Amino acid sequence: MKFLKRTDLDCFLTAAAEHRTIYVPIDEEPNKSAYRRYKPRTPVSQGLKTTRSAKDFFFPQTENLVGFRIEDKKIKILDPRTEHEDFAVFGVRACDARSFGILDKVFLSEPVDTYYQNRRAHGLILTMTCRRPAETCFCTAFGIDPASPEGDIVFTETADGWYIEPKTEGGRDFLAPLEEFLEERDEGGAEEAKARTRETMEKLPLAGLKTDSFGGGKTKELFDRPEWASLSEACIGCGTCTFVCPTCQCYDIRDYDTGREVRRFRCWDSCMYSDFTKMAGGNPRLTQKERFRQRFMHKLVYFPENNGGEFGCVGCGRCLASCPIHMNIVKVMKTLSEGQDEQ
Amino acid sequence: MQEMMKNRAKALLADGTVSRVIGWRRGEFSYDVTPAVFETAEELERDFVFDAFCGANVSKYLIRESAKDGGRILAFLKPCDAFSFNQLLAEHRVRRENVYLIGIPCAGKADIDRIKKAGIDGVLGIAEDGEDFVVSTVYGEERVKQADVLAERCLACKSKRHPVYDELLGEEGEDLPDDVRFAGVAKLETMTAEERFDFWRSELSKCIRCNACRNVCPACTCENCVFDNPDSGISQKTAADPFEENMYHIIRAFHVAGRCTDCGECSRVCPEHIPLHLLNRKFIKDIDELYGTYRAGEDDGTKNPLTSYTEGDAEASVVRERGRA
Repeated sequence: MKFLKRTDLDCFLTAAAEHRTIYVPIDEEPNKSAYRRYKPRTPVSQGLKTTRSAKDFFFPQTENLVGFRIEDKKIKILDPRTEHEDFAVFGVRACDARSFGILDKVFLSEPVDTYYQNRRAHGLILTMTCRRPAETCFCTAFGIDPASPEGDIVFTETADGWYIEPKTEGGRDFLAPLEEFLEERDEGGAEEAKARTRETMEKLPLAGLKTDSFGGGKTKELFDRPEWASLSEACIGCGTCTFVCPTCQCYDIRDYDTGREVRRFRCWDSCMYSDFTKMAGGNPRLTQKERFRQRFMHKLVYFPENNGGEFGCVGCGRCLASCPIHMNIVKVMKTLSEGQDEQ
Repeated sequence: MQEMMKNRAKALLADGTVSRVIGWRRGEFSYDVTPAVFETAEELERDFVFDAFCGANVSKYLIRESAKDGGRILAFLKPCDAFSFNQLLAEHRVRRENVYLIGIPCAGKADIDRIKKAGIDGVLGIAEDGEDFVVSTVYGEERVKQADVLAERCLACKSKRHPVYDELLGEEGEDLPDDVRFAGVAKLETMTAEERFDFWRSELSKCIRCNACRNVCPACTCENCVFDNPDSGISQKTAADPFEENMYHIIRAFHVAGRCTDCGECSRVCPEHIPLHLLNRKFIKDIDELYGTYRAGEDDGTKNPLTSYTEGDAEASVVRERGRA
């Protein structure tokens, strides 16, 4: 199997960057990283996860959709879309890799979102196995194997480098001009690394998290559960969980009047916000309890109901780490599951 | 302390002094506690926790809780929480008669991010052992000095004294000198305007506009924030250009100036670790220098220098004069 030595990573990425733009996680401070455009000799983060997810590459926080300008008493329509450049995202973990499949179900089903599709068609995903999962990790609850991520090329990490497996045509094309940086190695080391990751996952505190109580068709059972009141009572109604989440996909579309033209843009929205889905006649979710419930019902019931049973959560644990009051999907799942056992 | 608090809470519930208790509920790990309202002794026994990770300021919840009918609510307030509460009281945002306050001492709260920054992950449990935390992890046992993982706001603590309470548990503390607290601001003041601008542009550009800083802030209590009002033209979703995130924070800092008690919740909750407290502290330091030392939340707020006039007040030209210095 092909192997990239840790000491050769910089040369490998530098050469790769000649063919397409590469994004890598960079440490902003210890234990906090963000994706940045790769520049030679910039150390790649050794951390487990970026604070923000990788969804920004395909579904940015804000983007212009269309513009309007009045010229000679006619409305001119301005299309800001251009063909996106080719790029690759390096170091994506199994949880984030799965999230793209979830976003695809939303944006690539009819009617296809061409803005998203444009980026998706030009982006390669270079995934990496997890050597040191955190206590907040629970991807296995959603059938994700952190030792065997999806993606165009899988990098299986060991102490001194990565075993490399291209999984798609795009992945093979990416590696073709980079062969000189790779060596041949017995794949026993890869299997050993994978086994260690799986072993660690079993020892983590959230290893036994069950999804049995959730899924399509559970709306009636779960919607009116009294526990929503206590689960949501401390929620401060910020959008942290939704904005660090790799699968949250709700957005708002607004017009911005620049004085000379109108720019119609979209930006991430959060079901936790008081004006989410505000419409003529009011807002269907009047209190934080209803907004809070919406977020978890969407991920655990509505999304699987509409998408062949697939949950809208990948267990990356970002919301567990970031929530100002430490309320999260795991606590919701455990509380509602417990209550169900008693019933 | 936790047992003392639990016992006192149970006694006050039992004798009918209060009908509810606001405190912190145990989480999945050792550090992820959630503010919660407890109604029975059984709930308190099962879930009530008070330890080094109970940093969340519960004062703001008392706006909602004190507006409810059905008896008083017991709140345990750390000194900085008590300053926040007192400021809310001054602004008529809480109903004092519906709250029973117990002041609790605070030796500073731990910041889990600082533990993680020390390279510790896979946390299974955290125990206090003398001056250390012993952290058991899936990768082995680690030990850190508690003092090394204190939250920034605790390193810069302004007071161990409670400006308001009905009773105290433990010993009352004293005010602490301000020099540590203002060190960060003083450093920013020595920069050139350009360096300072670059510093803030770099920090604020990380903002994901989750509004956590605003929503957790005990001084941000508008019924409908201008940034949430679609009719205002500057509502939260209208990030038309990259400077707008900066404006959000600047406007917020101006709005809480003179009312911010420096509880540090804004920086605690920021997922991007933006040092937002520095903006507020700059205002506090300026107010101290221009009008004499003033602590929001110290008293009933009538002496707030930004909302009261005296003949000796700084003239508007002070901005130009100070800019020249």
